[in-house]
Amino acid sequence: MTHWIPLWLHRLSSPPTFYRFAGAVWPWAMGLALLTGIIGLYGALVLAPPDYQQSDAYRIIFIHVPSAWMSMFIYAVMGVASFVALVWRIKLAEVVAMQSAPIGAAFTFITLVTGSLWGKPMWGTWWTWDARLTSELVLLFLYLGVIGLYHAFEDRRQGARAAGFLAIIGIINVPIVHFSVNWWNTLHQGSTINVFGASKIAADMLWPLLVLTLATKLYYIASLCRRARTDLLALEGSKDWVRTLAAREAAP
Amino acid sequence: MNFTGLHDFLAMGGYAAYVWPAYAVFLAVLIADSLAPTVRRRQVLRDLRAQLARQAARHARKGATIPGSAPHPSAPPPRSA
Repeated sequence: MTHWIPLWLHRLSSPPTFYRFAGAVWPWAMGLALLTGIIGLYGALVLAPPDYQQSDAYRIIFIHVPSAWMSMFIYAVMGVASFVALVWRIKLAEVVAMQSAPIGAAFTFITLVTGSLWGKPMWGTWWTWDARLTSELVLLFLYLGVIGLYHAFEDRRQGARAAGFLAIIGIINVPIVHFSVNWWNTLHQGSTINVFGASKIAADMLWPLLVLTLATKLYYIASLCRRARTDLLALEGSKDWVRTLAAREAAP
Repeated sequence: MNFTGLHDFLAMGGYAAYVWPAYAVFLAVLIADSLAPTVRRRQVLRDLRAQLARQAARHARKGATIPGSAPHPSAPPPRSA
């Protein structure tokens, strides 16, 4: 390992250490995700005022936009982890990349379905081959391609390398999704929230959106920790630490 | 408060047929996602324990046919004093 990587990070990448670390992290992440989720949903469905044009139909934004952000964020994590896995052959990076894929696919699916349910009353159609919608659908296919390629190999580490390569190539789609509303004349509306500059949304509509964004981030951390732990058990089945753990859990 | 009562809340300004299914899909997909690792973990540990039990049984059989713990053929001979 090269000298510039901190020692604690190097230690954390050891499977038994990460297993314990993730086991300590996920209950907190899940608890906070539930707490922020409940607060955010209450704010979204009850406290936020109706929109002057869309009435209560706009309330779909509170789950649609955080899910859409997660669909891109998780893809970026998967791409970076795949790169680390391919360059440094770190087993944990492969696990993080491959276990992120189903969570990312879940959020992409939610984005497409909630968008469709929002599009029907507002645009008059469930689906249109608009740049934003099409690139998000491509994102779902990329996730499914990564998952499929990973499972197509007998050797799981070989599968992770092949699927990681596809994940890295597909990362080009993430900026396309993000900038599609600016680059093409689309039916989909532009960004409501701007990190640099004023957002085009009232404060009592903004806070539930941000709280639910935090909830989805925390949920991802919890879900990734749990999936990575399970996957490490499967990958390291021949190692002593997993055998001891399996025997201990059988006792009661 | 933006809604006059529960009935008004459930009606969602006439968009109940779109808003509620959207929230239902969001929750259903995330619940399914959170159940998946639990199911898989149970399966992985069960397979692992079965494998360990088979190995233990094999060791026990070997112990029965070859009594005593004979040293491995490749082991160096004991040094004479």
